[in-house]
Amino acid sequence: MTVPDRHPLAEAAPNLLAGGTQRGVRAAPDLRARASWRTVKNRLMLGLMGAAVAVIAIPLIAVLWAVVQRGASVAFHDFPAFFTETIPLVSRRAGPGMGPAIIGTLMVTSAATAIAVPLGILGAVFLHEYGGTSAFARLVRFMATVMTGVPSVVMGLFVYLIWTMTPSLGLFGPSRPHGYSAFGGALALSFLMLPVVIGSTEQMLRLVPPQLREAAYALGTTKSRTILTVVLPAALPGIVSGALLAVARAAGETAPLLFAVGAASAYNLDLFHEANTALSVQIFANANSSFVAAQDRAWAAALTLVGLTFIVTLVARTFTARLALKR
Amino acid sequence: MQLAELRGNSQYADRAFRALAIGAAGLVLVILGMIAVVMTRRAWPALGGSFFTSIRWSPADGIFGALPFVWGTLYTAAIALLLAVPVSLGVALFITQVAPPWLKRPMVYLVDLLAVIPSVVFGLWGVLVLSQHAGLGRSFLTAGIILAIMITPIITSLAREVIETTPASEKEAALALGATRWEMISASVLPHSKGGLVGAVMLGLGRAMGETIAAALVIGSALGQVTLNPFASGNSMPAVIANEWGEADASHKAALIALAVTLFVITITVNLIATTIVQRSMKRSRGV
Repeated sequence: MTVPDRHPLAEAAPNLLAGGTQRGVRAAPDLRARASWRTVKNRLMLGLMGAAVAVIAIPLIAVLWAVVQRGASVAFHDFPAFFTETIPLVSRRAGPGMGPAIIGTLMVTSAATAIAVPLGILGAVFLHEYGGTSAFARLVRFMATVMTGVPSVVMGLFVYLIWTMTPSLGLFGPSRPHGYSAFGGALALSFLMLPVVIGSTEQMLRLVPPQLREAAYALGTTKSRTILTVVLPAALPGIVSGALLAVARAAGETAPLLFAVGAASAYNLDLFHEANTALSVQIFANANSSFVAAQDRAWAAALTLVGLTFIVTLVARTFTARLALKR
Repeated sequence: MQLAELRGNSQYADRAFRALAIGAAGLVLVILGMIAVVMTRRAWPALGGSFFTSIRWSPADGIFGALPFVWGTLYTAAIALLLAVPVSLGVALFITQVAPPWLKRPMVYLVDLLAVIPSVVFGLWGVLVLSQHAGLGRSFLTAGIILAIMITPIITSLAREVIETTPASEKEAALALGATRWEMISASVLPHSKGGLVGAVMLGLGRAMGETIAAALVIGSALGQVTLNPFASGNSMPAVIANEWGEADASHKAALIALAVTLFVITITVNLIATTIVQRSMKRSRGV
């Protein structure tokens, strides 16, 4: 290792650094005698790092505490009314519920998952199994990373323009704009999830030993068969875990849904037609309200949403743990 | 038996599968390209004139000056970085260099947990707890704090990845020379991962600028504020879009789309640079 120009040791213990090149043998430097300031500084910096950990724990605990404390009494009052009743049309009226929003969140998120996860896995398969280091694969890999940074509000407006406001092809009756629907929100979420799934899946494919592929090829298996029956099953726990983390993130997204899903207060089980709603959208709308009843519903909805995302994350962790166990 | 015979029809399936995979990967480029084209075309009428120079935003009169929102976006993101960067680096260094092995996993979970909480929940907490009980009101500072909380896990996990590429030999060399733990970090780890850390911070910046819902709830939605006062209410580009979209007419919508295009261009540029920096530094440290 080369010693940098301004090595901190050069000031702290010059004899130690210079000793090797000097002619003759010097007495070994007594590090302990000079070490006092250095050890103090060491402790100070390590202490600051520890403090940083405490600093990030504060908002985490504060937010979770507020959500549980303010949300639980509303959410579990008259159980399960809050989870099944429709949303009151007059927002200052106290009482349940968030049923349609819970169903809306589940519909939008699962539809987004159904679109983004297969496409993301296929994209990652191309990048790792076919593309490798070709220019096209490198470009896609780079752009996928860039795409993870596209603001969700931009994605929402984009879907509003290409789907919500765009007339349907008119195959099933007159051509009209698609309008608000759960599917529009799912489309926006799937665009946000796609690069995340591609990234996490490619990382998992990288961990599959090449010997597995070679063994399959040696048996005369075609490439697509090898991928579908050998490579993907081997990487499955990791892929599922990555996909679930993307789902958990997507379930909490609000901005993309504002433009494409609309606002409903009754159940709407039709994925493709009419306005729908979601927990995140309801939290946003009610947090802006000055009525305590609406704010209460926002806290209870937040508790429900946080609970949902934590469950999904926990399941993802279980898959990761299984993966670790295997290795 | 001939090889071709053995493969039989499956070679068409093979080609079809390959084409499908290429299509899925190409979708990334298609979507990004379409966002740029579709949105710019819609926003074009609003982008001209004094869109970026005027501080007056009056949809009723058809006057759209986006300068205060651009300022609000940059200012809140700067506050967020100022708060988040030292904390994130501290946590990343603590996890990778200081914490005993049994503590690493739980701490990574702790950071990840912060990333899982939806932004609208942070916004709710910001508007009903932080801004009311901490005496901050709805302001640039409140928005900056909430954004800082949200980008900390992103910067931390990227910084951790970058820091972990430091070769053990360099760290051991410093320790063998009698360096304390901190001297080892400042002499081996930080110089080695400097480039990657800059990239990680820039990716955090991109996130902070694009974050919509939390900012929309706590920034205060004030018009025409271009001020350095952190306690003033203001507005940011994504917050304006989310708050005003509901009651916007056609020309107002075009202006909001123009804001989205501006936001897209800024965040994509920041991300392009950041990704390049991170990938370059990762490649270099792997290559050595």
